[in-house]
Amino acid sequence: MAITREEVLHVAKLARLELSGDEVERLTLELGAILEAVGKVAELDLDDVPPTSHPLELVNAWREDEPYDSLGLDAVFANAPQREDDLFRVPPTT
Amino acid sequence: MGVSSVSSVVDTLRLTAEEAAGLVERKEVTGAELHRAYLDAAAERDPELHCYLRLVDEPNGDGVPVALKDVISTHGIETTAGSKILAGYVPQFDSTVAARCKAAGLPIIGKTNTDEFAMGSSTENSAYGPTRNPWDPERVPGGSGGGSAAAVSAGLAPWALGSDTGGSIKQPSALCGNVGLRPTYGTVSRYGIVAFASSLDQVGPVAKNVRDCALLYSLIAGRDERDSTTVELPEPVRLPEGEDLSGLRIGVPKELNEAEGIEPGVTTAVQNAIELARSLGAEVGECELPRSVEYGLACYYLIAPAEASSNLARYDGVRYGLRVDGESYREMVERTRDVGFGDEPKRRIMLGTYALSAGYFDAFYGQAQKVRTVIAREHAAAFERFDVLVSPTSPTVAFKLGEKAANPLAMYLSDLLTIPSCMAGLPGLNVPCGLSEGLPVGLQLIGPQFSENTLFRTGHALEQAIGFDPVPERLR
Amino acid sequence: MTWQPVVGLEIHVQLKTRTKMFCRCANGFGGGENTQTCPVCLALPGALPVPNRIALEWTLKLGLALGCEIPKRAVFARKNYFYPDSPKGYQISQYDLPSCVNGRMLVPSSAGDHEVGIVRAHLEEDAAKTVHVGGRTGRIGGAEHSLVDFNRVGTPLVEIVTGPDIHSSEDARRFLQLLRQTIVELGISDAEMEKGTLRVDANVSVRPAGSAELRTRCELKNMNSFRFVAQGIDAEVARQIAVYEAGGEVVQETYDFDASSGALTARRSKEEADDYRYFPEPDLVPVEPPAELVERLRGELPELPSVRIRRLERELDLDRALVLVTGGLDRLYEATVAAGAEPLPVANLIANRLATSAGDAVDASQLALLVGARDRIPRAVLDDALSHIDEPGFEAAPYLAQEAVSDTGELEPVIARIIDANPGQVAAYRGGKEGLLGFFVGQVLKETGGKANARVVSELVRERLGA
Repeated sequence: MAITREEVLHVAKLARLELSGDEVERLTLELGAILEAVGKVAELDLDDVPPTSHPLELVNAWREDEPYDSLGLDAVFANAPQREDDLFRVPPTT
Repeated sequence: MGVSSVSSVVDTLRLTAEEAAGLVERKEVTGAELHRAYLDAAAERDPELHCYLRLVDEPNGDGVPVALKDVISTHGIETTAGSKILAGYVPQFDSTVAARCKAAGLPIIGKTNTDEFAMGSSTENSAYGPTRNPWDPERVPGGSGGGSAAAVSAGLAPWALGSDTGGSIKQPSALCGNVGLRPTYGTVSRYGIVAFASSLDQVGPVAKNVRDCALLYSLIAGRDERDSTTVELPEPVRLPEGEDLSGLRIGVPKELNEAEGIEPGVTTAVQNAIELARSLGAEVGECELPRSVEYGLACYYLIAPAEASSNLARYDGVRYGLRVDGESYREMVERTRDVGFGDEPKRRIMLGTYALSAGYFDAFYGQAQKVRTVIAREHAAAFERFDVLVSPTSPTVAFKLGEKAANPLAMYLSDLLTIPSCMAGLPGLNVPCGLSEGLPVGLQLIGPQFSENTLFRTGHALEQAIGFDPVPERLR
Repeated sequence: MTWQPVVGLEIHVQLKTRTKMFCRCANGFGGGENTQTCPVCLALPGALPVPNRIALEWTLKLGLALGCEIPKRAVFARKNYFYPDSPKGYQISQYDLPSCVNGRMLVPSSAGDHEVGIVRAHLEEDAAKTVHVGGRTGRIGGAEHSLVDFNRVGTPLVEIVTGPDIHSSEDARRFLQLLRQTIVELGISDAEMEKGTLRVDANVSVRPAGSAELRTRCELKNMNSFRFVAQGIDAEVARQIAVYEAGGEVVQETYDFDASSGALTARRSKEEADDYRYFPEPDLVPVEPPAELVERLRGELPELPSVRIRRLERELDLDRALVLVTGGLDRLYEATVAAGAEPLPVANLIANRLATSAGDAVDASQLALLVGARDRIPRAVLDDALSHIDEPGFEAAPYLAQEAVSDTGELEPVIARIIDANPGQVAAYRGGKEGLLGFFVGQVLKETGGKANARVVSELVRERLGA
C-alpha cells in the first residue's frame, strides 16, 4: 500500500506540520512501508464483528453539576508564550 | 547520623522499597537521608546512564522516594514528556497519581527520561538524549519508560512509575531486569498524564520485586472522579506471600511463544520459568491466540497513532510550550509543530491523521476497532481455561543503541508480544526470569481484567523460585 | 414560474447549567477574561473531560419536548480542527450516535398545524471567544493579531437540526418563537439570540412550486435575531430565484447576512475541504440513559406551547393565542378566565398591558376582579392597579372601591361646561363628525381627574349634542 507525495502533503496540512522537502521524501517512503504492514487488518472479513473503542464496557460515567474553583490568572498564564492583559495573544487568524 | 553511616545501611542497589520503608519506620534513617542517598547514587551513575531529566533536591514527604516518568504532570516541576515542544512547561496542577504518591508520603525524587510522548521502544526518541541500560551502557534500556526502568535497576530510585500504551512499562522492565506492571485499563487514573493513546494508556509501577510493585500499585489504583474511564478495584490489593502455585492454571499461547524473532536464549529462560511453575504446583497447558498475535501489531499501529494524532493537536503554541512565530496563526502553528516534534511523533501523527481521514476511516481505523474486538474475544476464550498466560515480554534482550533507530518497523516489532493484551485492556506483569548473553530476560504474565492479585501471587512465587539477582553484574 | 423556498434550521442552545460541560468551572457570563478556566478548559497536557449529568438530562428533556426518540446509546466523538478557539484541537460532540433523534414540532398556522421534523438534537461543547485586534478596519482581514478568552469554552451546547420542512420566512420565525418558548419553559436556557445563548443557521434552497426535489442549498450564518433570520431567508430566496431565472446554477456556499444593509456576503472558501476526522472520544464512555430516567424526564415536561396554542385558539384567534403563548402569558390568561373573567377582554388586557416577565407573579383571581370591573372603575385607577399587579400580596379590592362617577347629577354640569367652551367642535359634531364624541368624553374625563365613568359620560354627551 503506497502513499503518494501529494497525499503526504495533504495529510501534513491536515495535521498542521510544516515539513521540509527532505522530510516529505522520507515520510513518503516510511509511511508507505508502515501502511503496507498495517494494511494487513484488511485481510480479515469482520463484517459481523462490532468495533471496540474502549477496553472496559463502562457506560454512564458522569458527575454532579457542582462548581469548583478555577485555576486563577497566575496559573492560567504561567506557561503562556504571549499574554496581552488577561488574554492569550496569537498571530492573526487569516 | 552522617552521610557515611547512612550509606552503610542504605545500599540503594539492593534495598527494596519495603525495606526502605522499614528503615524509616524504625527511625534508622530519616526520609531526608533516604532521599539524599538516592540523589548521591544519581550523582554518581546518572551522568553515564541519563535516567533522569531532572531531580528534586528537597524531598516533599517523609516516606520512600519515587521517580516519575516525565509524562506524569507534577505541580511546579517541569514536565516535558521527552519533547522539545514542552520544554520549560511547568504544570500548575498534579496528576492524580502524583497527588496519590504525595498523599501517601512518597516524595518525588525526579522525572525520568522517556521516548518523546512515550512513543518508542528504546528511549532513543527522547528529545533530551537516550537513556542507557545499567547492565550494558552500550545498549538501550527499552522504552518508552527506559528512564524509570533503568533508574530502579541502577539503584537511582527505590521504585518508579511508568506509563504503558503498548508495552512501555513491561518491555523496559524486561530489558533492565526488574518488575513492571501494566495494570488493567481503567484501574489507574490518567488525569494529568500527557496523553499518547487514550484508550490504551495506563500508569503502572516499576520496582525491584513483586511485593514492591504490588505495594506501589495499591497506592495509586482506584476510581478517580477526574477520569471517567476509571473504576474502583473489585478487591483490595494483597501483598503476595509464599511460593505455592497449586491450583493455578497457566496457559502458554503458542503464537506468543513461538513468534518469529524470539531469540533462543529468551525462549530457554522462559521455558525454564514455565517448568519451575509446574514444579510449584501449577497446571500448565498450551493455548492459542492466532489472530491476536498476527494482527495485533497492525491493529495497534492504527489505533494508537489515530488517537495520538488527535491528542497531540493541543500542542499549537497558543497556551503553553514552544512557540515558533509566524505571520499568521496557521503559520505559527505549523512551524511550532515542525520544530517542536521529533521524527517519531511526526510519523505517528501523519499515520494517525491518514487513518482517520475521509475515505480511509473504514478501511483503517474502523477495521482496526473490529480487530480489537477479535483480540479481546480470543483472550477471553483463553481465560475460560487458564488463570494466567505466559510468554516472553520482549522477543530479544536489550539491543544496542542505534541498532533499530533507523528502521521504524523493526523497532515496532519490539512490542509484538506485549501489544495484544494491551489492546484487550488486560493487566500484564514482567518478572525477570534469567539471563541470556549476560542480559536480563523478562517473563510476561497476562491475566484477565482485574486479576492483578493473581499476577502478583504468580510473579512472587516464580521470583522466589528463580532467585534472579536484580543488580546489574557490572554494578555489583 | 413560481418558486417554493425550502429551509432547514440548525439551532445551537447554550445550557444554563451551573458548571461547564466537561469540567466544574462556573458556566455563564460574569467573570473576568480567562478567570473561568482550568486545566480542562485550557487543554493542559493530561486534562480529561468528565460529563455534566444535568447537561445530559436537559438534552434528553429537550429532545423529549421535541417529540424525539431517545436511542439506547449515545456516544461522544472528537471533531478535529485547528483554530485558536479550539484548545484541544478537537471539539467533543455527539456525532453518529446523538442523544435525541427523529422528533417533530407542530407549528400552528392559519392553514392548520405545520409539522417541522427534528432530525436530531445532540450535545456538544462551545468554543472559546477569539477577538481580532489591530489593522485598519478592525475586521478579521486587517487584524494584526488575535486574542483568546477561554471562559466560554466548554459551555454545554445542544444542537438541534430540523428537516428541510420550512417553506417561508414567516414559518421559520414562528417555528423559532415556539422552539425558544419551549426551551425557556423547560428552564434549561435563557435562549436569547442577542446574547448568543441561542444561535441560528439556516440552510436555504428553492424549487419549482409543486416539485419535491431538493436543490443545492446555501448556509446563512451570523443572524442575531428572529427578524434577521426571516430577512436573511427572504434575501437568499430572492437571490437564488434570480440566479435560476437568469439561467444560472446555485453554488453551495456559506453566507453572512448583514442586517443593516440586507447584504449577503460569501465566506472565503477554505484552502482544503473540511475533514474533521471524527472518531469516538476515547476519554469518555457511552451514555445509555436508563429507562426510568427517560420516563421521569418525560413526566416532568410541561404542556407544550404548540398544544396550548391549539387549545387557546378555540376561544381566541390564532394571532392572540400565539402572542400569549410565545410571551409566556397564556397560563395567566387561562387562570384568569377560570376565575370567572371573559376570555377576549382578558386576552387583550394581558397581551397589551402586561410585560412578559410579569406572567408568573400575577394572582389570576385578582386580575379577574380587575377585568370584571374594568368599565366601572376610572381608567387612571385601572392603570395604577395594573402597574402594581405583579407585586407580592397585591389586592384588587382597594382599587375596585374607587368606582367611577356615574351620577348624572354630578356629571351634567361638567358636560354643560365643556359643550359651552367648545362651540366649534359642537358645530362640527352636529355637522356629521361623530368621531368628535371621543374628544368630548376625553375632556370630561380630564376635568374629573379620570374618575368619571366613560361609558356613562359617552351616553350623556351623545344625548346632549343630539338634542
